[in-house]
Parts: sequence; C-alpha cells; structure tokens
Amino acid sequence: MSDLRVHKTKYINETKRVSFKYDGKNYFGYEGDTLASALLANGVHLIGRSFKYHRPRGIMTCGSEEPNAICQISDKNDLTEPNVRATELEIYDGLEAFSQNCWPNVKFDIGGINNLISPLIPAGFYYKTFMWPKSFWKKIYEPLIRMSAGLGKSPTEPDPDIYDHKYVHYDVLVIGGGLSGIISAKIAAKSNLKTLLVDDKKTLGGSTIYQSNDSFKIDDQHSSKWLEKEINEISEIENLTVKTRTSIAAYHGYNYLLARENLTDHLSIKDKKDKIRQRLWKIRAKKVIVATGSIERPLVFNNNDRPGILLSNSINKYLDYYGVACGTNIILFTNNDSAYETAISLHKKGIKNLIVDLRKNSQSEIAKQAQNLGIKIYFNHVVTNTFGYRKINSIELMELSDDGNTTIGNKIKLNCDCLGISGGWTPMVHMHTQSGGKLDFKNDDQVFIPKEIDNDQISVGACNGDFDLETIIDKTVNKINIFLEINNQDYKNINVDCSIEKEKRNIWLLPNKIPLGKTKCFIDFQNDSTAKDIKLALKEGFRSIEHVKRYTTTGMATDQGKLSNMHALGIIADTAGVKMGTLGTTTFRPPFTPLTFGTIVGRNVGKFFEVVRKTSIHDWHVDNKAKFENVGQWKRPWYYPKNGETMHDAVQRESKAARDSAGILDASTLGKIDIQGTDASEFLNRVYTNAWSKLSIGKCRYGLMLNEDGMVYDDGVTTRLAENHYLMTTTTGGAANVLGKLEDYLQTEWPELDVYLTSVTDHYSTASVCGPNSKKIINKIFPELDLSDENFPHMSFKNTKLDNVNCRVMRISFTGELSYEINIESKYGKSLWEKCINAGQEFNITPYGTETMHLLRAEKGFIIVGQDTDGTMTPSDLQMDWIVSKKKYDFIGKRSLYRSDTIREDRKQLVGLLTDDPKEILEEGAQIVSDTNTKPIDMLGHVTSSYFSPNLNKSIALAVVRSGKNMKGKKLIIPMENKNINVTVSDTIFLDKENKRLNA
Amino acid sequence: MFLINCPFCGERDQSEFSSGGEAHIVRPKQPTELSDDQWAEFLFMRKNIKGVQFERWNHSHGCRKWFNVVRDTSNDKIHSVYKMGEKPPVK
Ligand SMILES: [Zn+2]
Repeated sequence: MSDLRVHKTKYINETKRVSFKYDGKNYFGYEGDTLASALLANGVHLIGRSFKYHRPRGIMTCGSEEPNAICQISDKNDLTEPNVRATELEIYDGLEAFSQNCWPNVKFDIGGINNLISPLIPAGFYYKTFMWPKSFWKKIYEPLIRMSAGLGKSPTEPDPDIYDHKYVHYDVLVIGGGLSGIISAKIAAKSNLKTLLVDDKKTLGGSTIYQSNDSFKIDDQHSSKWLEKEINEISEIENLTVKTRTSIAAYHGYNYLLARENLTDHLSIKDKKDKIRQRLWKIRAKKVIVATGSIERPLVFNNNDRPGILLSNSINKYLDYYGVACGTNIILFTNNDSAYETAISLHKKGIKNLIVDLRKNSQSEIAKQAQNLGIKIYFNHVVTNTFGYRKINSIELMELSDDGNTTIGNKIKLNCDCLGISGGWTPMVHMHTQSGGKLDFKNDDQVFIPKEIDNDQISVGACNGDFDLETIIDKTVNKINIFLEINNQDYKNINVDCSIEKEKRNIWLLPNKIPLGKTKCFIDFQNDSTAKDIKLALKEGFRSIEHVKRYTTTGMATDQGKLSNMHALGIIADTAGVKMGTLGTTTFRPPFTPLTFGTIVGRNVGKFFEVVRKTSIHDWHVDNKAKFENVGQWKRPWYYPKNGETMHDAVQRESKAARDSAGILDASTLGKIDIQGTDASEFLNRVYTNAWSKLSIGKCRYGLMLNEDGMVYDDGVTTRLAENHYLMTTTTGGAANVLGKLEDYLQTEWPELDVYLTSVTDHYSTASVCGPNSKKIINKIFPELDLSDENFPHMSFKNTKLDNVNCRVMRISFTGELSYEINIESKYGKSLWEKCINAGQEFNITPYGTETMHLLRAEKGFIIVGQDTDGTMTPSDLQMDWIVSKKKYDFIGKRSLYRSDTIREDRKQLVGLLTDDPKEILEEGAQIVSDTNTKPIDMLGHVTSSYFSPNLNKSIALAVVRSGKNMKGKKLIIPMENKNINVTVSDTIFLDKENKRLNA
Repeated sequence: MFLINCPFCGERDQSEFSSGGEAHIVRPKQPTELSDDQWAEFLFMRKNIKGVQFERWNHSHGCRKWFNVVRDTSNDKIHSVYKMGEKPPVK
C-alpha cells in the first residue's frame, strides 16, 4: 500500500482489501473508503477535466458538494451511471469507474486547447457566438456543442436494478446526524415522539466524529469521544429509527419530504445481486428538525483549481477519518480558524505544513496551540498564484495591504504538493429554502441563515449559522425544547470547552497584481466560470443574481453551486457596491443531490408502468391474432389480420364484410353510466343539447354534450330503462371525465335534483353485431325475442335472457347498418361473444376492430369526438344543428351557442372531401388551402378523418374548413411535401343518405 | 404536496384530489337573459389571488365529493374546509 495511508482509524477496515478499477487501472483500498479516499491513498489527485477549458482537475472536497471528482460508473450499457461523486461513492469489489469529460484520456486531453484559447470563451460565449450565420447551426455548431457538452453518458439499455418506494409517518424527522442532529433526535425520541434520523453518510457523527483537538472538549473528553457515546446511546432508544446512507432529496410543503436510501451501492457486485438498490422514502413528519451542517468555502484567487488544491477541512477528514494524507508538504490558506485544526492534525501525524492566513492575526486558543507547536503562519498574506500542471507543485504569496484591496511587498514562492483552502463556512440552508423558507443575512460571518417560518420546522447547528461547539449545543438544546414543547434536562449540566474564533476577515475576490482579465480565479469549478465572467456580466448590464447566474452558468452544474453561489453573490455585491443581504440568493431546487430515475419511478416500470384495462373478451381477441390499440387505458382490438394481411387489407376486408353480411365489434369499453332518480329526465335535459322528457321507456336516443363554452364535449346513446332509470353511454376515452363533470353539476349547481350516478363501464360487456344478416344471427341467439320492426324498431331496447342470464339488447347503430348491441354482465362477456361468433358462422360473421369501426362510421359521416372535434367545434360547426333543441330553456353550453364568436359564419366547419383521384388517400392532419400562389398561403383548415372506402370504392375524408358549410362542390388543394392533391368539398354523408340500411 | 382534510373522509394527501378552481361562482339561473358580456363574466373570468382564496376541490380518488377549501395561495396553508352549500367562513 502507498505510504499515504498514514494511520489507522476505526472507520477504515484494513483487514478487508477492496480492489477496483479507475480508468482501466487496478487499485485497491479498504472497506470504508470512498472512491476519492482510496484514490488519494494511491496518490491519484488528477481525476477529470473541467467542462469548458478542459483544465486538469482533482478531488477537492469529501462530500456531496464535490464539483470536480465526478465520474462514470461501469461501462455496461444498462448499468452505467454518470455524474457520481467519487467523494460519496463507497468502493466495492468489482467497482469500475471512469473519469468524465475528457477525450482521449485524462492526462492528454484534446479539449485542453480550449484552455489556451480561453480569452476567446468569455461569459455568454455560447449565446454570443453561435448566433450566426444561421446556416452554421445545424451542420457545425450543434454537432460541436453536442460533442463537447454534457457531463457523462446515459445508459442505453433498461436499468436492471430494483428500486422501491416506501411511505412513512413520523412525529419528528431529524435531517443530519452530526452533533446537533444527534442531540435533537435523542431529545425528541426520549420525549416519546416517534422519530426518524437520516444522514447521507455511512456513519453518524458529522464532522465532530473525527474531532480530536484538545481545544474542543465536552465533559473533559474530546468532542468525538463524547459524541460516540451519544451515538451508542441512541441506538438503544426504541422509538427512534436511524437511517444512514439516506439523503433528503426534496423538502415540500406540509413537511412532505423525499429521501433516497442507498441500500446496495456500497456492496460488491456479487452481494448487490437481486437486492433492492435504492429506496425512495416518502416522509410525512409533524415536525422537522434540519441539522444539515455547513460546507467549507473555497477562496477565489488565480489558478485556484489545480489538482492537489482541496478544501482545508476535507484534508482533515481524509486524514483523521480515512487515514489518508493528501500530501507530504501541505500549505493551508485560510481566512478563519478552522484550518488551524487541520494544521494541528497534520502536524500530529508528522506531515509538514504551514499556514497562510488573510487575517492580521488570530488570538484564539487554537491559533495559539498551532503557534506553540511551531507551525509557521504567514498572517496578513494572500496566495496570488499556483503552479504545476497535473498537480500543484508551488504557490506564490504576497502581503496584503491594510484595507485588503491590494498586495504589497515581494512575492514569496513556496513549494508544496497540496494546498488546503478555507474561505469560511456556508450553512446548508437548502432544505429550509426548498420548503419555502426565506433567509436572513448575518453580517459578521457573511452567511445566509434561515428565517424561522412556522412552528413545524426548525434549523439547528451549523446550518443555522451557529459554528462553535458551545453555541451549537446550547442553542440546539434550548430551541428543541421550545420547538417540541418539552422540558428535557439531559444537557443542562454539560461542560463545554472550546476555542472561539475572534478575528474575521472576508474578501470574496482576493487581490492580485495581475489584471483580472489575465487570471483564472474560478468560482464555479464544475461549470468553469470565473470571477472575470461575473464582472463581465455586470459590465454588460446584468444585475439580478438570477440573470448573472444563467448568463455565466455559475451554480448551474450538477452541484447546483454548493461551493460557488456565495462567491458569485459576494463579487456582485462588491462590484455593484450594494449590501450582500439586499441581493437575495438564488433559489435552491430539489433534488439536493441528483437522483437516479430508477429511484423516482420505483416499481412502476414495465407492465406496472401504467394501468391496463382489458375487456372480458380480451383473451379471445388475443387468440384470434388481433392487433391492439391503446384507447385511454384500454386495450382495444385495432384490426384482425389474416394470413399476413397488411393493416389496410384487413380493414378493407372487415369493412366490406360488415356491410355485405355481418360484423362483430367488442364495444365493452364505451363508458356506461347508470342514472337513477326521480329527476333523471330533467337532469338529461340539462346536460344534453336535445330533449329527453318525452323519450318513452324502452327507447334509445343519441345525445350531444357540450361544455359550458358551447363546444362539443362528448356524445353517445342513452337508453331509458324505466321511468326513473337511464343508461348513458359515453366515448371510451371520455368516460371518466364525463362522469366527473356530471357529478360536479349535480353536487354543486343542482343539488336539488334527485339523481344518482354510478359508473357501470366495467360491469357490462358489450358485443355489437351489425350488417344485413345481423337480425338472423340475433334470432339464433335469442329465438324467443320478437325482432320485427314493429316490436323492436331502430333506437329501442329489450330485456331478455341468454341461458338464464339477463341481457339488454339495444337496436342502435354506429355503422349505419342494421345493428344490435348486447349487454351482459361482464363475467359472461366472453361466452356471449363466442355464441355470437358461432351463430354467425354461416353468415361469415367477421370480427372487426376500431379502425374498421372508424371507417364505417366515416362512410356515414358520424363524428368521433376528439378526432373530428378538438374542443373548438360547436354543434353548428359540425352541421348538427338538428340535435340542438330550440325549445329547451337551458342546457349546459346553450347560452354560448349565440355568443358573437360562436355565430360567426366563417368558423371552421365540418365537411366531406373527395379526392379528384379516387385512389388517393389523404393524410389526417393535412392542411387545406384554396390557392398556393398568393403568399403567405391562407390556411383554411385540416383533414380530420381519412379512409379508403371499400364499399364506395373510393377515398373519403372528413375535414374542418373555414366557412365550409357553403363550399359544397368547391375545389380545394391539399399541399403535400412533393405534390398538391386536388379535392372537392362534399356532403359529410357518403353512403346511404336515406338510412335504408338500418332497416334492411 | 399538501394535506387536505376532506369533510367526508378526513385528512388525505393532495394527490387524491383535483382542484376545481374558484369557488362560489354560481351558474346563472337564466343564462338566456344575459348579455354576451355578462355571460363571458361567468364563463371566463376567474380571480387568481396571491393570498387567501376560496376554491373548489374534489376528492376524485376518494369519495368523489366536491367541497370548498380556503387556501392561502402564497404558502398553501389551508385555513378551512367546508361542504358545498355551507356558508363560507369570514376571512
Ligand atoms: Zn373524501
């Protein structure tokens, strides 16, 4: 093993070696390592290329804020996953990871040329450059951008892993298992509240758990020891659930939160098998305690992005938690006390280091401790440059002027192999703002902290801007007691000793003698935006942070600017001369860290993706080789190809058979609503355009339903079963909406009506038998039924029995043929259907699907709501004025039928179209014009339905055309891609205008 | 995703409900007596308040009953829930 693994820690199991591959090379680490810690232990810092300039980049942090060390996991087409943070991914046997965003490889990267031409890639480069010439877009710019843009590759095959969802309810949810989270969870759970504690790491304890500095003690123990004891205690509390490797993705209103639990991502390939990979927790909590801590800020200076430059505290964690030294000669560059902890830790492990501090001095206990240990400190100094291509090898520093605006004196050059930077700490207010909370700016620490919003949520600890040990414990305990309305005394008498930071000096953009335009002071490392870009955006007139952010792409990468937002704001405030607090911040949106799609969809994949509804006759259709069409959630037979027929051939055969002899359609999917009550007739009067009161019992009537705006909404046949009992049918796709609309009117507008609605769509199956021989077939099935026109005329129904099972037979027709629809309880649907098929055999009864049904009705000019209408057609537009009652005082939509717009003569109206060449079939949706010479071409309408009619042996179409009603006989043109089709406007009824076939 | 206290079923997740827009817009009893403008006022004009709003909601994946909700649209806090036909609470 490399000698960078400098000491043993309890979080790394050195008895378990784990081998993995990175960029094709074999490495090993230990159980407990992240990919980042294992690579660092192997001396690997360089891990990728930056997005825009392709500069070499290294691991920079140890957590979810990592901007650089993002990689692609696995090269398998189904398992590969992009944008995984090496700092979060625990290594496992068989792990294969790859660096992203570099070609041909990380060490030699052709895109690196962008770095050399970077003066040519300023902020807004993409907006400015790729605008012209227009012809360059498709052939040059787009492929270029596509090749160089994007982070990582998507999988190309379905994800084989299993994902899960879980709903839970808790009294208290604590987000974050650091010091304040542990205390909060313990207090809550011990007060008999059902509590859930989640933390995204594999172990609890946050940054306190590896804290072993003598300047931070609780009850005379190192704070880490004390916290360890607390953690051991909470595992004993019954009503506390602890979930590690679980991160909150989203915090919605009403304390509804989504959390992603990683179950197998850390297991070896073998152990992962057949287990649930990730689980999405859907959490409802009465109270939420946010204890998400803070993240360290970088410092913004020239070339602050080289591999080997890490956040100072991350160096500390790699050392004390993972046992890994990030270098052997380390410089820490800071503006605050926390880097001193790192320096002392390094010193204790014998690692050479020194401190460069922006501040003029530091009088705190920990600073004195460092000085006493002999650690060299350059106070009032600033790093002005760094050197080293694939890894840092030296820095240059200068003294700061008194006001901090410039550098003075001579350059000092120091060698190093690692630079730790610390620009202070940023409270993680993401959860608070996601939930709708606002922020306050706290000047002394230059941080945004949560503004308390209500009594269901609270932020404690560092995410609330409390940074020192004593304040954290004190305030957490007090606030939680008030928040939960309890009186817990457990922490009243503990004794905290801690170093308190006294001096502060914050400079967002550090001074440099080199002009800003010649520097590379990175702010957003993942999107490669620099201080120069921000200044340029301001110069070009951008003011709002939201605009500057989008123009420069700062904070727009997969890390959502966790490290960059504050500096961007600070530089804007400084440049514009306004106070930070008045600028506001950008909005943090879910997810906090990227979520896999698998987690989001859970088990709702494949056959569970959507509900599928099948009729009781479905199996017969399958056995008889039907092709199916989705209509809403229904699977409907589309056509039944025989002996390799094409769809066209099958539909032609089916259509002809239905008119020549007999056809049969599964009409079970039509919506059926049972309507009962003493006001049922009045109700129908109000919802349909035509009159219903006089419909006698046993009769059926076609009805058209409008929206209140006068536009056609649905249609169907309704049968009067008894005095106060109707059965309404609706379109297949409209059933649920029609029922909803009717319920709405009944419950809210007409509660005085005695009417009850019940959906019975699934209760009955319907076989529709049509054609000149249909009567003979029905007679064979129901020999006792008198089918004479006198007894059983068109638009009437009879109750009857099939083998003692009740049936309703309706003589109604959507094809224009003599036709019977038999309704039977669904469980008998298939046997009814088979009886019809058997009885019809001698007449060559032909099952037909939706396509033939559409063709047959089009021959008759019957509309299909949703195909020939689109929510802008009135009955009059459809040439259906005959169905609108003139006598009725009111019905839904009536008043709208004579608004100034609905009575316009030049509305689009339904017409028939006949092609001059009867063999030419129009495309549905094709545009219709009358003149192709005058530009711009006047668009008159479009084709809504189009078929080749085998019964008429010619092409027919329905269309909506402006002022179409008065155009019969007029020649129009359908311009297609490579020809114009000439058509003539016709009547909408193409076949049997006299309805002779209904009584054939 | 808020919680709605259905007056018939109790507190349920928002995903079980559908919104029906502004409440207390009564369909005119005599539409034919109205001018185009008056009818358009009923048909199209809806308030969209930032603040306390009276709304219709339907427990569409539950009891399918319509009822009224007083909701602050600026923070989604529901101040009260009451049945159709009941008097709206005073703001
Ligand atoms: Zn309900």
